[in-house]
Amino acid sequence: MALGFLSRLKDGLQRSTQKLSDNLSSVVTRRRLDDAALDALEEALIASDLGTKVAARVIAAFRRSRFGRDITDAEIRDALAAEIAAILAPIAQPLRLDPARHPHVILVAGVNGTGKTTTIGKFAQMWAGQGLRPVLVAGDTFRAAAVEQLQIWGNRTGAPVIAGPANTDAAGLAFDALTRARADAADILLIDTAGRLHNKSALMQELQKIIRVLRKQDPSAPHSVLLVLDATTGQNAIEQVRVFKEMVDVTGLIVTKLDGSARGGIVVALAEEFALPVHAVGVGEQAEDLRPFDAMVFARGLVGI
Amino acid sequence: MFDSLSDKLNSTFDRFRGRGTLDAEDVAEALREIRLALLDADVALPVVKDFIARVRERASGAEVMDSVTPGQQVIKIVNDSMVEALGGAGAVPLNLNAVAPVPILLVGLQGSGKTTTAGKLALRLAQKARKKVLLASLDTQRPAAQDQLAQLATRAGVPSLPIVAGQTPLEIARRALDVGRREVYDIVILDTAGRLSIDQALMDEVKSVRDATSPAETLLVVDAMTGQDAVNTARAFNEALGVSGIVLTRMDGDARGGAALSMRAITGAPIKFTGSGEKLDALEEFHPERVASRILGLGDVVGLVEKAAETLDQEEAEALAAKMARGKFDLEDYRKQLNQISKMGSLSSIVGMLPGMGQLKDQLGKANLDSSVLKRQVAIISSMTKTERAKPDILKASRKKRIAAGSGTSVQEVNKLLKNFDDISDMMKRMQKLGQKGLMRHGMSALMPGRFGGAKH
Repeated sequence: MALGFLSRLKDGLQRSTQKLSDNLSSVVTRRRLDDAALDALEEALIASDLGTKVAARVIAAFRRSRFGRDITDAEIRDALAAEIAAILAPIAQPLRLDPARHPHVILVAGVNGTGKTTTIGKFAQMWAGQGLRPVLVAGDTFRAAAVEQLQIWGNRTGAPVIAGPANTDAAGLAFDALTRARADAADILLIDTAGRLHNKSALMQELQKIIRVLRKQDPSAPHSVLLVLDATTGQNAIEQVRVFKEMVDVTGLIVTKLDGSARGGIVVALAEEFALPVHAVGVGEQAEDLRPFDAMVFARGLVGI
Repeated sequence: MFDSLSDKLNSTFDRFRGRGTLDAEDVAEALREIRLALLDADVALPVVKDFIARVRERASGAEVMDSVTPGQQVIKIVNDSMVEALGGAGAVPLNLNAVAPVPILLVGLQGSGKTTTAGKLALRLAQKARKKVLLASLDTQRPAAQDQLAQLATRAGVPSLPIVAGQTPLEIARRALDVGRREVYDIVILDTAGRLSIDQALMDEVKSVRDATSPAETLLVVDAMTGQDAVNTARAFNEALGVSGIVLTRMDGDARGGAALSMRAITGAPIKFTGSGEKLDALEEFHPERVASRILGLGDVVGLVEKAAETLDQEEAEALAAKMARGKFDLEDYRKQLNQISKMGSLSSIVGMLPGMGQLKDQLGKANLDSSVLKRQVAIISSMTKTERAKPDILKASRKKRIAAGSGTSVQEVNKLLKNFDDISDMMKRMQKLGQKGLMRHGMSALMPGRFGGAKH
């Protein structure tokens, strides 16, 4: 089973890393690791969204250990993967539910279109499959048909969906949902929220209000605050994480759309800057397309092994 | 966050100026800075390389070497090249020259904002161009996507194609055009499911839709926050479908928007619109000059003015301006102004829109000068009597103590506010002296006492 899982994850990541591995093999097949080769490696990293500073740091570390050696393509990939995996290893932490909580409250936030609702649907499926009882809250009361979208996921997974009429106050809805989930002793309360750009302070305050209101019932809630990030996002992801973390105390990240041509190299930059755990990655639109984040698999995928 | 490119270039050239001459190597160093700035702004690497090559050619001329302000010269070249690369001045309108109903096809990755854009486009064409528009969603992938478009259509007051469960995208597209013909629509907007450029099955599907409908416009909808992947997406969609235009969404975020340049360079298609908000009227024509300054971190004055116009109370602002012009500006006016500023969002985002203010933005960031500071200042002024507001000079120790207690602050904070107010009054006086023309010539820096003394405390 473990093998099947790894190959599926690899399959998801493979396409996304095709280009980087092409870049790498075209520049460093069996040759001396000189300045030109290092420059080309650095560019390959930049082209996968690591950012100029992080790419430069990774390459500098690489230079110290291997400069001037004759090195094969495979060695380069291995070494570079190890370099990147070392950065990512500390943040590869699955989302741990607190079994003492009924429910464990999870607030899901992020900018528009990153895949919050889809991610919630996938989590619901996973937990329902494990015999847990998740409850979904349609907290995106703003976007047209967001409630319907979550309801369809509820039908698919058998998880109850708590929704209000359009434009309901999301904080009030979350409060009521928590009351009901506590009464039913649900295991998990997954709160969807409207997408919001981090630079809109009024919308960010709305998100803070949801938390404030939840705490009136359970001072320890929310037990997890997940920020959903789109892997195609460039350097702005750093600003996104900074602001969301500051405003709502994000506890972990979910990186979506890793099955595309985007390589999600920004995750490396985020690991260095914030050290926030990455709980899972999304590699497709189906319920089973949510995978744990594995540093070595991700890093090796990133350099094309 | 980002140091302003102009600050960096100026300091680069300042170092060389000490030697008295400027050579090709100096230009190379400047180009390196530009390269980094572009990459930090998410312009894709191959596009950056082409761009730098073009700038190098133009910057190697004697014009730059002999200039007393080589930094400014290079910035001008970079800026001009950027505007050019983004499509030159002026917006490219939609091509509606086809037999009605004119099909417009919207394509893009998941979550790029296609459905919202479809709604905005419909509203714009219906209201501004007085067209009869039909909206149709071909998104059978994402749950409730067709519902979403139907709801947006209702909001925009535009009809949408009735949803028939179980139809394929191709069937929906054909039905949309049939209805369009029968009911004499001018335009049919076809919203499609988000798809990855490497998903062969879904790319084939949208190709068949294009072949069946021959759209007058195939618009690629792209998130302004997109990173290096912009190149792959643009190339794949363009090769598969032939993109005729680009819509750049989420321009109301704070991403530098380098994807705009990448997309334009790879597809050759003009950027036709930018989306900047969730309201249905937040779709604007594309202005290359403004996006160029944004990518380069040179500020977006027009954007600032628009933002101000959007949020400020017009009458109050005019009354205030009149008072300033007469050199009469008291604490009550200052309070009103603070209130208006706090409505516009965080100070650093406002300052970030001003050209040449990169350093100031950093200072503000360090001083953590946020909207909460504004609120405290307003509270302090609100704890003053009317006389005190009109004549701050009468504020001595005991009054200050009372004000501090009343506003829940400290005497130091009251003093700081008064110092800020002094600085601003000073600025007003300078502004009067300079007059409008002087302001244009010297830019905002002419108004700053030293290095904006107020922000340092």
